[in-house]
Amino acid sequence: MRDVAVIGVGLSAWGEVWKQSLRDLITEAAVNAVDDAGVEKLDAMFIGCMSGGLFAGQEHIGALAADYLGMGPIPATRTESACASAGTAFRTGLMAVASGYHDVVLAGGVEKMTDVDGGATTRALAAAADQEYEAYHGVTFPGLYAMMAVAHMAKYGTTREQLAMVAVKNHRNGAMNPHGQSPFEVTLEQVLTATRVADPLRILDCSPVTDGAAAAILCPLDMVSRFTKSQAIRVTGSGQATDTIALHQRKDICAIESAALAAKVAYDMAGVGPGDIDFAEVHDCFTIAEIMVTEALGFCEQGQGGKAVEAGETALDGRIPINTSGGLKSKGHPVGATGIAQIHEIVTQLRGNAGGRQVKDAKRGLAQNMGGTGASSTVHILEVI
Amino acid sequence: MGLTTARYWREVPQRYRMEAGECTACGEIHFPPRRICMKCGKQKFETVVLPDTGKVITWTVIRVAPDEFTDLSPYAVCLVELENGVRLMSQLVDVDLDEIEMGLPVKIEFRRIREDGADGVLFYGYKVVPA
Repeated sequence: MRDVAVIGVGLSAWGEVWKQSLRDLITEAAVNAVDDAGVEKLDAMFIGCMSGGLFAGQEHIGALAADYLGMGPIPATRTESACASAGTAFRTGLMAVASGYHDVVLAGGVEKMTDVDGGATTRALAAAADQEYEAYHGVTFPGLYAMMAVAHMAKYGTTREQLAMVAVKNHRNGAMNPHGQSPFEVTLEQVLTATRVADPLRILDCSPVTDGAAAAILCPLDMVSRFTKSQAIRVTGSGQATDTIALHQRKDICAIESAALAAKVAYDMAGVGPGDIDFAEVHDCFTIAEIMVTEALGFCEQGQGGKAVEAGETALDGRIPINTSGGLKSKGHPVGATGIAQIHEIVTQLRGNAGGRQVKDAKRGLAQNMGGTGASSTVHILEVI
Repeated sequence: MGLTTARYWREVPQRYRMEAGECTACGEIHFPPRRICMKCGKQKFETVVLPDTGKVITWTVIRVAPDEFTDLSPYAVCLVELENGVRLMSQLVDVDLDEIEMGLPVKIEFRRIREDGADGVLFYGYKVVPA
């Protein structure tokens, strides 16, 4: 296998982007990434998209993206793993380059979520759950994570306030990210009194509905000297794992095993452990998700994720800063794009371009992307060359 | 969602009669039934009917519902562990939403899940109530 580097990253407009369509968004992100990398042509594209069909009535996203980027007739393929769709696009692109099949590959992700109303959005997102044995009974995605939260609180003593502290922390980071959807701070009181969604989760525990796209350009490490426009970042670890689609068949509903398994593969590949990671972007689709993933990635003991955020260990100036971008919570969560947007933040930090939210001496970052209630997870480790 | 009658009919043994698959090799019971045993990998099963009592393992109250369930909102859903250890997801009804707790004993009942709406099918299945 060849070593692989990221030589360019790009984002589209991000938020409620009424003026731009699905194809506009992925094209904008791809153009920005191609420009950042300084490449003339691509050999292949992999585009994550969770539900172009339900959100925009549009499938066949690979061909659409290549067409509007003016890169046809190169091979272009869509990847789908619910909210981990872009994480799997990145991993697929990585494997394509590492294997020698392709040299310069674009891995991207896109979701256009605001062209449908709230009920249709809830239903489209619920399609990542077990349709016949979860969604059929009226269980929503916030509802599934709420049930994980109730169980985690009962088993480990995680508190309602600790959940809120995740939102407060991520909004504090996000307020320093000019590209975020909700770049403002929230108080503990605001989170604790926000509109109830699925008990104990309130609206400020939930990531928002977002339009957006992200892209990254990958090439073999030994070719980076040909592309000197921006600083290249090495990808040293990659892992992916699955778990049961339905929550009721999990061995332990208080742990996200797919994230732990994907992390183990990525750590082993990179030859590092959790203590060697300088900062991480994790899938905080709900506040409880960040707490559980912090544990799964080995940044704290199982069950101690709530205490870790309360102690400030995951804050920007803490032992292991988590979601420096603001996370899905503040930056926004276009479901099929999020995994690459996380890579964008890791690269931005490793290049030292993160402005007010810059992690000091950031040399190695980790991105964890997740689909469903953890039925899919990807983990990637990136390092300064 | 445009649920066809065929799609609905396929799940009737589980939803109406609580039928599960018991692995003849290791005894693991799967709900819904599967082709391949999650525990031992064998592919031979006998149909068994699940017990109708269990306890709440975790729960939530849904306050922002999908379109089809808006009329019921707020409503409780829970993860139930039945007496034989099999778990399933269900609505929890005929209960004061403030009095739900971990370990609450519950009983399975046959109920209407939702109105037909645009789909032309009446949706039935199991819900649980306090035992």
